Amino acid sequence: MTDTLHIAMDAVEEAAKLLYIRALKVLPDDIKQGFARLDSTESDGLARSVLATMIENIAVAERTDNLLCQDTGIPIYNISIGRNVSFDGWELKQAIRRGAERATREHPLRSSVVHPLTRVNEHTSCGLHVPVINLDFTEEDRVLRIEMVPKGSGSENGSFLQMLIPADGIAGIKRFVVDAAIRAGGKVCPPTILGVGLGGTSDLCMHLAKVAATRALGSRCADPEGAKLEEELGEAVNSLGIGPQGLGGDSTAFAVHVELAATHITMNPVAVNVQCHSARRASATFTTSGVEIGF
Amino acid sequence: MAHHVLHMPAGEEQVRALRVGDTVTLEDTLFGIRDATQIHMFDRGRRTRFDLNGHAVIHTAPNVRKVERSGTNQAGYEAVCIGTTTSDRMERFTRPLMEREGVRLIIGKGGLREESAKAFAELGGAYLAVIGGAAALETTWITAIEDVDLDDLNPESLWRFAIKGFGPLIVGMDAHGGSLYRDVQSKVSARRAEVLARMGVSA
Repeated sequence: MTDTLHIAMDAVEEAAKLLYIRALKVLPDDIKQGFARLDSTESDGLARSVLATMIENIAVAERTDNLLCQDTGIPIYNISIGRNVSFDGWELKQAIRRGAERATREHPLRSSVVHPLTRVNEHTSCGLHVPVINLDFTEEDRVLRIEMVPKGSGSENGSFLQMLIPADGIAGIKRFVVDAAIRAGGKVCPPTILGVGLGGTSDLCMHLAKVAATRALGSRCADPEGAKLEEELGEAVNSLGIGPQGLGGDSTAFAVHVELAATHITMNPVAVNVQCHSARRASATFTTSGVEIGF
Repeated sequence: MAHHVLHMPAGEEQVRALRVGDTVTLEDTLFGIRDATQIHMFDRGRRTRFDLNGHAVIHTAPNVRKVERSGTNQAGYEAVCIGTTTSDRMERFTRPLMEREGVRLIIGKGGLREESAKAFAELGGAYLAVIGGAAALETTWITAIEDVDLDDLNPESLWRFAIKGFGPLIVGMDAHGGSLYRDVQSKVSARRAEVLARMGVSA
């Protein structure tokens, strides 16, 4: 019989606070490498200088211990729960909310969250159903992982869903993704990670697009057909000439990521969710030996 | 491609001298403005006590820290991180900003559309592109938050920043009908069919 990993709620609250601030300040290594790769292949002069400014900004943020971007986003916490982990789920949700509120008050951070009708800002980065908390279960033994994503609005406003039909086929999917990239243009702060969700129900499809958009660069869709589509769409989107900030160039997207779910015989849903170049995330992994902070 | 240094406020001739692709560095004063600020100013009839005539506004809502008001800090805020938001949402406010408030320059990211291009040409204005998402760097160009108005809309208040060496910014739209965004969009539209065809997809 294995011992259970007990999760202390004060540690969750501290992690929720720390991860929000850390995500806003330090870009993951895979994104930094993504910038280096684009910088080495970009053929347009103006686009190269735009990329150089973005790369300089990453260094300035670290040197001055400041936020990469002023948009503190909508806070999202993705919780992966392994086997033999024990905690009170209701308490966990409260602890995460307290952590996000404390980050906002104590750093301080701009609260970017308002009531959708009154537009009142509580100055806590929280509100009804925010922070967004996603729960999933994994096979790993005695591991709890909290991933924090501050989702910026410029790119989140570049979200598209269409309930295509089976007769539209894969061609319909490809056309939809290319047209979404064109419609988003420079508004979504390219270079981006273009997240594509395919299949499922309408809400699952959109969720998959977000999972795809916030996945680490270099990761591939687990489904071989999905992985093939990632390559093909990545090349297509970067041939459009939108470029960094929509000012022209080759560097429109770091990558196109695809996530799939089974769908209905009558359905062919496709969703696009965009992650801007400030592709921020941070994570805390709770194990029997303590808490490890990473990306 | 010329580089211009503009001490704000600027005159119409100085702004009309800017051409798409030129670079600009701003000095002295810059006003921060955003969705809610302009919804309240132009849809709900609120007025600001600031004189924006000849000035530049930036599409922003900053991260700030509250501090004691003092002789040197009337606003009671200091900057934490100040960056730029997507301009497109505020397209319809370009003309009233220029006509009613006398604004000459709009700084933002992602560009504005044809109605703004027309307003810039008719009234003598320009759009300057800052690199979106490069807020840590942008913050180093701002020396102080000098004053704030309409602060019940915080963080979407109307901010007055003191600036030093704010730039280089890229002239994205000029007073002669030029727009880098329109140029890029036409090229992209022209490439669409070919990009789709390479994947075996009809346009």
